[in-house]
Amino acid sequence: MIGERRVRREDLRLLRGRGRYVDDIDLPGLAHMAVVRSTQPHALIRGIDTSAAATAPGVLGVYTAADLPEINRPWPVHLAHASLRKTVMRALPDEKVRYVGEPVAVVVAETRYQAEDACELVEVDYEPLPGAGHLRVAMELPVPIHDGIEDNVAAHVTQTTGDVDAALAKAPHVLRETFRINRGGGHSMEGRAVAARYDRAVGEFQVFDATQTPHQIRALIAHCYDLPEEKIRVVAPPDVGGGFGPKAGKYPEEIIVPWLAKLLDRPVKFIEDRYEHFVSCTQEHLQEHEVEVAYDDDGRLLGLKDVFHQDTGAYAPSLIVPLIAGTTVPGPYKIPNLHIEFYSIFTNKVPSSAVRGAGRPQGVYVMERVMDRIADDLGLDPADVRARNLIQEHEFPYPVGLTFRDGSPLTYDSGNYPGLLQKGLDKIDYAHQRELQAKRRAEGALRGIGVSVAVEGVGLGPFEGATVRMESSGRITAIMGAPPQGQGFETTYAQIVSDAFGVDADLVDVVTGDTGAIAYGVGTFASRVMATAGPAMTTAAREVKEKLFQSVAAVLEVAPEDLEIRGSDENTEIGVRGTQVGMPLAQAARMSNVGSPGVTMRAGTVPGLTATSYFNPSSAGYSSSVQIIVVEVDQGTGEVEIVEWVVGHDCGKVINPLLVEGQVLGGIAHGLSNALYEESLYSDDGVPLTTSFLDYPIPSAREFPTIGLYDQETPSPLNPLGVKGAGEAGTLGVPAVIVSAVEDALRPLGVRIATCPLSPGRIGDLIAEAPGR
Amino acid sequence: MKPAPFGYHRPATIAEAVALLDALQDDVKVLAGGQSLVPLMNFRLSVPAELVDINGIAELTGHDVTGDVLRLGALTRHHELERSATVRGAAPLLALAAPYIGHPQIRSMGTLGGSLSHADPAAELPGIMLALDARMVAASARGERIVPAAEFFVSHFTTALEPDELLTAVEVPVAAERTGHAFLEVAARYGDFALVGAGAAVTVDEDGAITEARIGCTSVAPTPVRAAAAEELLRGATPDADVLAEVERVVAGALEPTPELKASAAYKRRTAGVLVARAVRQAWREAGGDMRGEEAA
Amino acid sequence: MSELSIQHSTRNAADERQRGGSVTHTVKLTVNGVEREVAVEPRMLLADTLRQQCGLTGTHIGCEQGVCGACTVLVDGLPARSCLLFTVAVAGREIETVESLENPDGSLNSLQQSFQDHHGLQCGFCTAGILMSLTALFREEPSPDETTVRDQVQGHLCRCTGYQQLVEAAMAESGRNAQVTR
Repeated sequence: MIGERRVRREDLRLLRGRGRYVDDIDLPGLAHMAVVRSTQPHALIRGIDTSAAATAPGVLGVYTAADLPEINRPWPVHLAHASLRKTVMRALPDEKVRYVGEPVAVVVAETRYQAEDACELVEVDYEPLPGAGHLRVAMELPVPIHDGIEDNVAAHVTQTTGDVDAALAKAPHVLRETFRINRGGGHSMEGRAVAARYDRAVGEFQVFDATQTPHQIRALIAHCYDLPEEKIRVVAPPDVGGGFGPKAGKYPEEIIVPWLAKLLDRPVKFIEDRYEHFVSCTQEHLQEHEVEVAYDDDGRLLGLKDVFHQDTGAYAPSLIVPLIAGTTVPGPYKIPNLHIEFYSIFTNKVPSSAVRGAGRPQGVYVMERVMDRIADDLGLDPADVRARNLIQEHEFPYPVGLTFRDGSPLTYDSGNYPGLLQKGLDKIDYAHQRELQAKRRAEGALRGIGVSVAVEGVGLGPFEGATVRMESSGRITAIMGAPPQGQGFETTYAQIVSDAFGVDADLVDVVTGDTGAIAYGVGTFASRVMATAGPAMTTAAREVKEKLFQSVAAVLEVAPEDLEIRGSDENTEIGVRGTQVGMPLAQAARMSNVGSPGVTMRAGTVPGLTATSYFNPSSAGYSSSVQIIVVEVDQGTGEVEIVEWVVGHDCGKVINPLLVEGQVLGGIAHGLSNALYEESLYSDDGVPLTTSFLDYPIPSAREFPTIGLYDQETPSPLNPLGVKGAGEAGTLGVPAVIVSAVEDALRPLGVRIATCPLSPGRIGDLIAEAPGR
Repeated sequence: MKPAPFGYHRPATIAEAVALLDALQDDVKVLAGGQSLVPLMNFRLSVPAELVDINGIAELTGHDVTGDVLRLGALTRHHELERSATVRGAAPLLALAAPYIGHPQIRSMGTLGGSLSHADPAAELPGIMLALDARMVAASARGERIVPAAEFFVSHFTTALEPDELLTAVEVPVAAERTGHAFLEVAARYGDFALVGAGAAVTVDEDGAITEARIGCTSVAPTPVRAAAAEELLRGATPDADVLAEVERVVAGALEPTPELKASAAYKRRTAGVLVARAVRQAWREAGGDMRGEEAA
Repeated sequence: MSELSIQHSTRNAADERQRGGSVTHTVKLTVNGVEREVAVEPRMLLADTLRQQCGLTGTHIGCEQGVCGACTVLVDGLPARSCLLFTVAVAGREIETVESLENPDGSLNSLQQSFQDHHGLQCGFCTAGILMSLTALFREEPSPDETTVRDQVQGHLCRCTGYQQLVEAAMAESGRNAQVTR
């Protein structure tokens, strides 16, 4: 049932070690691909000698761009934008490399071990060029990273509403500061993975891909091979070990592997290892926001101007991250005059694309730094300053005045930000926390309290679809194109169908991520699936139910309204209310789906108990979250201890609270890692410095306190279920709230923080250099 | 990343092992716990042609106390250091540091001998062995020799062991009466390699004054560092706030650490001073220092 | 850890030297109570042998760097990273993997059931390793407190769950054991 804390069906296989991830799929005759990757951040390729590799033990083939001309055509832009300057992406480069880790050649061998041995024998003759490991270096780089783009600016986009310059000119107070924030990679525990075989009998590619977007991958493969999409089937297996955004990207290996399966007449597999994930899987890089904010004596925002530079790495498949970051900045606050402007800069790093949060953590961080600055300047309580500026409950739908990354006007559909904030303040007993802080300060401890409020665009278009089918067994199959990476679709969509149909969720089998099972799909990213596939699934289920009821009503000679579904499991039947008259679902299904060969159906029977529905939202919906945290900083070592932490989220109607809590907690953990632990670092000329978990810490259970969760439900008017999205919610406000709390802790020392992430080393140095020491 | 090919040998005795090291000369590595070596091999940063697996050599296992010496076989696993009552009694500093060595899976396999031979500047055990004036027992085809800890650690990832030598045991003086111990570390995450670490063993007299302090610092130099100046300062003293502030200053002043990605040289210097001062105070209290004589501020 | 930052120098193919690596060793080990004999190169990692030659794909490989813990199995009862063990080096030892945990009738054991009840897993990729570390803990200490539980799994990375519900699952098991032994 919707709203049930239902345990997951998929756990039965996952807990017993019987999951089916790409690397577990048995494909007899499988050969293994390894990739020769650029060791240079920026270099011309003078030549590639594969002769030694080709004769190494176990090698079946070695391929460069020159060997794969049939499939090496330029890719279409992932998400076009008028301001995005044209560059070329293809499977393998033929002229130059633009980042360490870029695929240059591939080797297929009997084992992965042998393939890696042979990779070491491939000789690439590089002519190094100056490389850029920082966007400021890129802006001065003597050799452009892409031909014709001399300044390495991938895009320059400006959005305004109102008149910010006037607001800044007239305001009683103006703040000007630059805030920096860096992130890193997705680091799902399963890396990228793709395995494929080619069926010669029917001329079809079958591709198993741990992707978040199987239909999009199919389209790209079809484009690269110049084949109709029907000749390519992409299946994201039932089990994918995390996605978080990077697996929604398009990668050379996904284009190359299926083709080599055809060339070699053997299934081929590529499993990304962790080093490769660090250097070749998309990430989010540095953003530098130069902010000017106008406010009045009461701390009310009058105008905000944000000009920021975003490091997009070696390619810009889209402008998703900066578009989202920029439009997230205003957040839950009323700001009549806005100017959001960004430059997306090419550097010699792995390309940037969305990682859980997708630019929103950066936007929230900037806005929440501003709120803390205002509070500090005017001597106001930080929670109070935020409350004064929040959009009120009666002000929805609220037009912000900007265009969101989905192309629709940024309009918040529903929410109750003051309610969510107050609930959190009550839960943590904010006034008492301030008293405790004073007491601890008197004892010489550095205790701080941080607050952050975030709004998140979710449920993006264009659409998502579902097919529901009643099988001749009486079970119901629910098919969706969007695949899961741990979100529990097999359980939650069974709950939705169960509700729409009126049967036990146990009778519903959810099938996901198979382009062969449903014609069209977009994919799982941006917290979009529940708000799109949910309504589609509901509609399809209701249509099938209607057909079933009509059919059975005709045969039983009653009205459809007289029928009900009753019983459970194999004894589920459809029957006339108040009587013993009925038939098992299986019988009803066979009646409509099979009939008798050559025999006319009874009048009124509806043939084919199946329906497909696609739902396209009219715009994005908006979830919201609040984080309040109490920390203590060790003055001697810079270490941060989390004393109390509450997080509130509002993702509209909740289908399965047990799972939504998991999503929020998981998002929070990723956010904490971005705030205090992980950071992707490069030398100034573009050599990656963090290429293993030893240099790139991700917190374990040991690093976390128990987090107090609370929630609120403001249903979305944009879809019949009233759902929004929850996949990224927890992440958004964490970097902001951690920096806020640590700065508050160090306030007596006069420390001000404008960078993220923090670490004991950074905090220790901030303390040592503090004016107030 | 998969490792490159290698030849594998599994001797049953020390004699066999050192004969192999002698025969295979330069391109051979010793496999003990593998927790440091195998990641390097998986990265192909270490590509030995031959591996000598010493895990089958019974002579290298076990630990016991004879007289005033705790002798630990090189194959003593970190989890044994964590749990052994013998170790806790004879060399409490080892038992205190053990939980900071990596994580449970690492401690199941990782060995004392391996950690000391690998000589990672950020590892916990070398600093402790230095502080305790341990003696390393090394064997080769040419015989056995003892190397004092002060001479054992030469530079980062470099010890005094010759290429054909195997560390077979470590001898640690049993802790004296009225000695307290403390180990503190700052790391990126609990159990990770130290950004800065300090271990202290403090012996007091009946009045609570310090008769001897032994202090080892980790991750502040290419090798572990003995905080000799601080030890000198503490002799005969009671660690009140002024003394500890001086200790902090003296420790920081003596160090020239190499910066890391996440820790500047200044940070390491300052934090080493802080950790030493705290470790000394903690160890002193554990020794019973503040129950007798003056109460520290 | 400067040595582990990848130095990006091109490998010199001429540096290739004669290696004993193509020799196959026959190794006997006990896996989940069953004695197995496998033929492996010395460099074959235990994780790969379990997955490929023993057909036990429940153990996953997340990093091969010795940090993420996804590959954790029990070796003579102790949790160990199977990506850091050469198969040849564990000859004669007893290996336990996640496949050994379920009840004989295929139903979830008590700890596994607790994980399902508390939503202690999402994508499931890291789960097998965590279950093995916790199994070792519960054998030694049936009712650990929360700090001990978190300590036991500090060598595991999970990117999905944030650990809280997984710790709740382990604590529920701990509580159950406390009642049983009372």
